[in-house]
Order: sequence, then structure tokens, then C-alpha cells
Amino acid sequence: MAPAMIPSLRARDYLSDVKPIWCPGCGHFGVLSALTKALAYLERPKHEIAVISGIGCSSRVPAYLDCYGFHGLHGRALPLATGLKAARPDLTVIATGGDGDGFSIGGNHFLHACRRDIDLCYIVMDNAVYGMTKGQASPTTPPDWTQSALTPHGTGIPAFRPAAIALASGASFIARGFSGDPHGLSELITRAILHPGFAFVHVLSPCRTYRPDDQSSWKQAVHPFGEHILSAAEAVAETAVDTKPGATPALHVQDDGLGLGILHEVARGPASTSSTAGTSPDRQAALDAIEAELEA
Amino acid sequence: MIWQNHNQQSITVAVSGSGGSGALTAGFILLAAAQRCGRYGLMMRSAGPQVRGGESVAILRVGPSTVTNIGDRVDLLAALDWRNIERFQDELALDANSLILHDNEAGAVPSGIAASGAEQRPIDFGRRAAEHNGGRANMIAVGVLGGEMGLPLQALLDATDAVLGKKAPAAVDAAKACIATAHRGTAGKTESEPSTAPAAAQRWRLSGNAAAGLGALRAEVGFVAAYPITPASEMLEWLAPRLERAGGTLLQAEDELAAVNMLIGASFGGVPAVTATSGPGLSLMTEGIGLAVASETPILVVNVARGGPSTGLPTKSEQADLNQALYGLHGDAPHLVLAPLDVGDCAYTVEWGSRLAERLQTAAILLSDQALGQTHAVIDPPPRCPPVLGRKWASATSTQAQTDRLTDRRPNLQPDLQPDSTTPTNAFARYAPSADGISPMPSPGTPGFEYTADGLAHNAQGTPSSSASDHREQLSKLMHKLTAHDYGDAWARIDRGNLADEPADTAISLLTWGSSWGAVQEATTRLREQGLQVQSIGLRLLAPLQHDQLSLAIAGTQVLVVEINATGQLFRYLNAERVLPPSARAFARPGPLPLRPAEVIAQLQRLQPDADKNHAGGGDEHAGESLQAADVGGGY
Repeated sequence: MAPAMIPSLRARDYLSDVKPIWCPGCGHFGVLSALTKALAYLERPKHEIAVISGIGCSSRVPAYLDCYGFHGLHGRALPLATGLKAARPDLTVIATGGDGDGFSIGGNHFLHACRRDIDLCYIVMDNAVYGMTKGQASPTTPPDWTQSALTPHGTGIPAFRPAAIALASGASFIARGFSGDPHGLSELITRAILHPGFAFVHVLSPCRTYRPDDQSSWKQAVHPFGEHILSAAEAVAETAVDTKPGATPALHVQDDGLGLGILHEVARGPASTSSTAGTSPDRQAALDAIEAELEA
Repeated sequence: MIWQNHNQQSITVAVSGSGGSGALTAGFILLAAAQRCGRYGLMMRSAGPQVRGGESVAILRVGPSTVTNIGDRVDLLAALDWRNIERFQDELALDANSLILHDNEAGAVPSGIAASGAEQRPIDFGRRAAEHNGGRANMIAVGVLGGEMGLPLQALLDATDAVLGKKAPAAVDAAKACIATAHRGTAGKTESEPSTAPAAAQRWRLSGNAAAGLGALRAEVGFVAAYPITPASEMLEWLAPRLERAGGTLLQAEDELAAVNMLIGASFGGVPAVTATSGPGLSLMTEGIGLAVASETPILVVNVARGGPSTGLPTKSEQADLNQALYGLHGDAPHLVLAPLDVGDCAYTVEWGSRLAERLQTAAILLSDQALGQTHAVIDPPPRCPPVLGRKWASATSTQAQTDRLTDRRPNLQPDLQPDSTTPTNAFARYAPSADGISPMPSPGTPGFEYTADGLAHNAQGTPSSSASDHREQLSKLMHKLTAHDYGDAWARIDRGNLADEPADTAISLLTWGSSWGAVQEATTRLREQGLQVQSIGLRLLAPLQHDQLSLAIAGTQVLVVEINATGQLFRYLNAERVLPPSARAFARPGPLPLRPAEVIAQLQRLQPDADKNHAGGGDEHAGESLQAADVGGGY
């Protein structure tokens, strides 16, 4: 279909008529709004977009959009999206999910999606809690958070640092947004979709139900990335990661986790060597030739 | 002392040796030479656990007609040395009619081998190889064995060129010099002439894993994602360069969880997708297979089974994953389970399984195993699977460009472009119930049919729903589309042979599945020579079970269910389905040894002591007995 035939769409045209299950005040409403704004800005036809998710509050996003979508397994949004994009490079493929889905059960896929650098936009709505299962600690929960009955003494484990781990794993685009700033977030998502490679958008998206006390301060605490760089001592205290004296300040130690903007953006790496992608359109001729070789 | 197999027409030879001795290479050359002489054959390999260069044995059976199993005995063993031979003692199946060729310089024949009573003949493999610059003992073995097997020298030399083609010319020349010298020493044997029959020239020599890869290409699979695992990796390695030539994409995934979900993503995108794995990987994939079932996204998972449980026997075979394939998914999750019956049938059944999954929008699990996957065979080119309509597409008839694009991408799949529903609405009913239970499925990129596939219980629109009526409606659809489909005659291979329309009281059905088919079929042939009415049935479609057709096929016969697992998984399944008569018995024993025809015959005679006397009523002695523990695992 020629682009001229596509009527221009408003952000709300990308929404389905399915009503979100989210709690009042949930940060994810802002993310959904930012995503539809980005799609409208980019003028992507709805049928050329596929939004893929796993399981969790934020993974409900595909059902709320009037695009192609797949609400798959807990933790497996990235491989499903990877398979779709590899098979159908003509589509705009976006994966959405939460911190538990993406960094705990799906953590391995996150590392390898960063490495593989396939052309996906991955939006993680991080509220540092498992909401759908009613309030357990997630990988990004601070170690001393004691409000979960499952971990009454806190997890005692330093929090997962998504942006730093994405950087270490080879992601070519890393951004952080805040659900309370849908305009800024929309711009980041737009840039992420346009980035020709794996684009990770880490979104601070508060949970009003299970983390009301801790996360209500985010609105005041967030700041443009780079404005507040941790000192080495603070970084050590914050992350329990020691740094060698004289080490270069870097995202992986001195990010306070609240800086918004594009944290990292490089040209896409060399084409993935883990895949073989053919171009021959004549399947039958290829099959005939392969069968003929078997007679040799 | 050779040609001792029952029909005096086939011969089984083995080459064994420690790491680096080239036993497998010798086997490949002999198989290729036999092919050049118009013989059929197959070669099983058995290897130790070493990553590289471990001891190994090639067991090779050749004959004038299709060879489907390794036979009862190794007629001729060439032992290049004896290191770690005890690991293969069970596989080698030597007896007093066997002949062992061994190198005196490698030490005495080990007691466990000598106890077989086989004739021993020393051959100076090593010293004779040393007479040639760069010569190797395994090539002396090729010459000697080739001569004993009646293979002409030229066929051996041509086969050497074909098998060693990528080696340095000097190495190939040395190999050929060794083979020629050793072959001369066997002069006087009756030689086969190189075959000039066109049919023989068109035969293929390939492994079951390669055949399975070919089946995927024939099914027009466009996407493969997989994680390496023994013994399935060869299917993926065979496919990687060829799928690329056919325009497809292959991804090496970070694990099996990723692989199966990548398949679902590609298939959601409209591209037929296949993966291959083995038991541990199948365990990791089961959640994803359930998602494919629930979201009605076609995928095919090929399980090249190995011995289990857990890490089990990675390099050896067992048919012990049937329960997992049938019952491993949580919830009621109707899906397809298929099993190929021989090396060539891997191509047929993979193609059929993929096409059925596409048509029925479901997951298919295919149970190959190490005994099929890593066996190389000379076979007639396997037939194509029966025609199956392609995926039922949802597409607006007005968007001709889209229709053309889909047709172009999948030119031979006969895509069904007349969907039940062609009217796009705001809420396209992706999962709408239909007469055949198959709902038209749009390919992303088709305007007006946007929908969200879901592993949550959903309504006809795909919207998550926990309502009881939606659950019942959708579950009914999932079950109905599988049972309503007409699978034709491909559900089983039935060799009815001399069975009368009204079978005699003593008529026997040997019922099996998968890699046990070859030995069962040969047992059937031999039992007929004893005057018995016997048929063999190899199930290719295990789920949904073709209950009525199977009941009809075994009607009036005494049934022995044969399989290589300890617990009688097929036997129990068929009993749960109430398809077997009460008198049916099981011959189930664990792997990893390949099934031999004589085992089946012996088991039958043990269960039916009168059967070989052709007495009526032999089955009545056992009628009404419940399954005894001694019957399952009765071989041990």
C-alpha cells in the first residue's frame, strides 16, 4: 500500500478498545500514551507494527494497542520479537515488559538481545516490584526493601542496573525515560524506534499500589542524564561495585539510575554473525539443486 | 564364515578403534563403496563421551534390498586396537559365527570379546599400513573388509575419493595405496559388479538428521532457531547453508527457551518455522510449545531423542520421550505428535509434520532419535508427504497486493486464500469458531486484521478472558481442529503381508513406532517364512491417535507392542486409549542398544510358546491377564 493512501493517524487511533487492568495512577498509562504518540509521530501504519510482550502488568500493552501484537510467555518477549523481526524485517517490532519479566526470568535473553543487536525497540517499565503477583521484590528492588512478605528482611542483593548491564552486553542504544514525563519519553521512544539496531528504553514507571512511598519521590529526583554523576565513593556505596583507583568514570558505575535521556548511542555493530539469512527467492530451484546433490 | 545373516544376502561388519584411529571414516568409505555397487546399506555409529578423538565403532550392514536395521549379529569385526572396547561390547553382538580380524601388535583379544566364541584371525593392520608413506591402519581395514564383502577395488577407490575428498592429495593417495594392497590379499572372493542400473545411481546416502533437514526444506520452512545439542545438531548444521540457499533464516539461540519462542515469533510473522533438539532441550521448550498451542501459532519441534532421564545418554538412542511428547504440556493442550519410521522417513514425516502444523495452526512434536538421526543409510529417495493445504490466511480480497506477496513468498504451499472471514472490522475475530475449528490467520502487515495473539485464555477476538464459556469454546476449537482433520493413510505404515481379511486366530500384529520399525519389519518377514500370519504396523501419527483405523487394522489379531523404553510408554498410551484387546502384550526394554529382529521373534515365542507350531488359541492362554511387570522391560 502506498504511503499516500494511509490516512494520518492520531495517537489515540493506535489504541484498541480494551480497557487496561492497571491500577489508578499506574505509571504504565503514561508509557502507553508516550508509545502511541511516538507511533503517530512516525506515521507508522498500524498493520506494519507488531508489539510483543511477556507476562506482567506492563506486558499487557499489546492488547491495548490496535496493532499486531503477541502476549507471550513470562520472560520471553525478546526471543519472540527476535524471531519475528528476523523472519519479517519489513515490520516495526517493539517489545514491552517489566523489570521482573525482562531482568529476572528473561535476563539471559536481555543480555543476548543486546549482543545480537537486531533492529528492535525494547521498552521496559521498571517499577522495582512484581505487581501482578502482588508485591514481591524484583531484580531492581533495593536490597533493604522489607515490604514483601516473601522477603521480610529485604533481598539483601544489590539491585540489577539495567542500563549498565545493557552497555556491558553491547546494546547500541540505551535511553532512560520517566512515565511522568510522557512528552520526553515519547521522544526517546521515537529515537529508539528509528535506531537501526537493538534500542533499549529503560522507563521509570512507578507502582502506586506496592511502592507508593518509595517511588513518589521520582518526580522530583529525576534529572537530565549527566547532571548528577555519582562520585566514586557514592558509586561504591550505591552499587557495591568497587572501582579501581583512577578508573574512567563510566555509565556502569556512576549513573545514579535517575538520569533521563539518551545514555548511550553508537552506530550499529557489524551484522550479526549468529544468523544466516538467505536472499534467494527461488525456493523450488534451490530445493531441486539440493536434492540433486544428494544423488552424487 | 561370512554372509551369515538369515537370508545369506546381507552382511554386517564393524570397524572399531580408539581415538584418531579412523574407524568411522573406514565405515563411511565402505558404505559409499557399497552404494556404488548398487547395494543398500546403513551405518550406525557408536562413540564414547569424548569431545574429540574418542574411541568409536562403525557398524555397517549392506545388502541387495533396503536395509532397515543393523541385523542380529556383527558378522565381521575389524578391530584396529582394543582400547576401551568394553564400552562397545554390547553393541558389537558377536557370536560363534562371527569373524574377528585383529592386529596382534595391539595385544590379545580381550576376554569379553573372545568369550563370544567368534573366530579370530590376526591381520597386521598397522605393519601393512606402515609399508606406505602416510598409510593408516583403518585403510588396510577398508581394503580387507571391502574384499570380504565382495566390493570391487574400483568402487572402494572411488568411494575414498568421495569421502576423503577434502584431505590433502598425498593423504588420499596413501589411503588408496593401503586399500589396494589389502584388497589384493582377499583376491578370489566373488565380486559385485558396479551397478549400472539407473535406479541405483539415483539412490541417496544420508543420515536421518540430514533427511529431517531436507523434510524441512520440502515443507518450505523459512525459519530455524535452535540451540546446539547432541544428537540433534547435525540436522541444524545440514540445514544452515541449505536453508540460506532456499531463502530462509537460521538463528543460533542463546538457549532452548529462546529457540522455541523465536520460532513462534517467526511463525506469527507468517513464516513456517522448525527447530531441532533432544530431551533436555525439549524439556526447556515445553512451555513455549504450550504457547504455540494456545495462541494457535504453527511450529514443529524435532526431538532427536537420546537415552534419559536427565542428561542421560547423549550419544545413544532410546524411545523414552513419548510420554513427554504426549503429556508434557500443562493444561489441556491438544497438539500433534509424529515419529518417522526410518532414515528416509525422517524427510517424509518432517515435511508432513510441518505442513500439518501449518494447516492446523498448532504445535507438532516429532520424535526422531539417535538411532535414526545419526545413522547414515543408502536409500531410494523418500517420497514427498501427502498434499496438505497451506495455512488458512485471513486477508481482505481487496488487498490483492498482499495476497500476491504471500503467494510469492510461499509458492508451493497452496495457500488457502478463501478464508471464512474477509471483512476487516475493528475487532477482527482471530479465534472465531469455524466448522473445521481452524480460524483464518492474518499475516502481520495485512491492513484491517490487527490482533493480539495470546497465551492467556481469550475470546474469539483474542482479548484475554477468564470466562468459563470462552474457555470451553476455545478449548473445544483446539481439540476439534485436530480430530476433524483427515490424515489419510499416512498415520501409519502397515505391512499386512499374508494376513487374510479374516485373520487366523493365531495371526499376529507387531505394533511399533519410530526407529524400532526396521527391526520389527524384518522380524515380520522372518516369521512369515515360518508360516505365521504376521503384519507389522508402524505408527507415524501418535497424536491425535487414529483410533478407529488402528482398531480396524489390528482387529482379530494378537498384538505385541514393541518399543525401546523401560516402561512401555506406547503400550500404556494405547491401553489408556482403549484401543488394544486385553490379550495384547508389550515388549519394551530400555535402550541404548538398537532393536534386533531376533529379539522380537524371541519375545513373541516366549509369550506364545505355541505360535511357531501354528496352533490355534495360543493367545487365549494370555487373554484377560493384566500387564505384568515382567512384560514391560521383559527383555531384561
